[in-house]
Amino acid sequence: MIWHTFFFYLFSAIACIFGAGVLFTNNVVRMAFYLVISLGSTAGLFFLAGAEFVGAMQLMIYVGGTLVLLIFGVMLTAQEAFVSMRTRAGEVVVALILGASLLALLVDAAFRVEDWAVAPENHVVELAESKTTTQIAAAFAGIRTDADQYPEELQGGLSGYLLPFVIVSIHLLVVLIGAAYMARTKRRADQAPA
Amino acid sequence: MNPFNDPVTVSHYMAVGAVLFVLGVLCMATKRNALGVLMGIELVLNGANINFIALGSSYLRSESLGLDGQLIALFVIVLAAGEAAVALAIALNFYNNHATIDVDRADDLKG
Repeated sequence: MIWHTFFFYLFSAIACIFGAGVLFTNNVVRMAFYLVISLGSTAGLFFLAGAEFVGAMQLMIYVGGTLVLLIFGVMLTAQEAFVSMRTRAGEVVVALILGASLLALLVDAAFRVEDWAVAPENHVVELAESKTTTQIAAAFAGIRTDADQYPEELQGGLSGYLLPFVIVSIHLLVVLIGAAYMARTKRRADQAPA
Repeated sequence: MNPFNDPVTVSHYMAVGAVLFVLGVLCMATKRNALGVLMGIELVLNGANINFIALGSSYLRSESLGLDGQLIALFVIVLAAGEAAVALAIALNFYNNHATIDVDRADDLKG
């Protein structure tokens, strides 16, 4: 038994089962909790693929940040009538049929590409040797330290990510200001509170 | 045949990503709570991220995307955080104006 494979199946089963839990429960508080578990085990999948920095960021930004934001939204809008809203049964049936056909299409496509379906020849997983954090930080600063991994003719096209990084930073600043402005409660003095 | 004896390939990761993607799309399509729709979007982005990580992993493929896959996944995570903040602000604004969070009631523009 390969332990890497075992943990892959474990984490993907947790992610998929709790993802289905998000879909099939009607209670919005439970949906948020199931989503926390699903995203957390997705971080486990990232660790298993050797992307330990992205996995850590998944835990910190997604599970620690975005979901806390969502749970705040649930708390701010959690009146009795909105905690549990049911979808009509006919809509659920149509959605399940469409979803099952889309899933069959995607999974079939995933296993049909031969290059993806075979593991590399010298398949050795060495998680402790994975050191991507420095390389990622350097790439965000515009320097690619991993150029020797690529064929000679591709190295000229390797780009640093300094400009996208700056754009994303400014984007986040604008988002912060815009979200704070929009979420503010605006009640004029002459207007009765809703 | 024991599936635990075979090494994991990119296809396995793609299948997990596809499952999360489809669950997220169904969540977006069927939930009536605006926050449920938001959670569906998070699931979809996660399914896409799994594909990026799998194609960028040197454990799973000999000719992988390399660091680019992980960098794009990081950008997706950061942009998802921004998207959640703005969408939550819109949902709260809608809740303040309409006193409901049901997306089916957001039909002010209906002719």
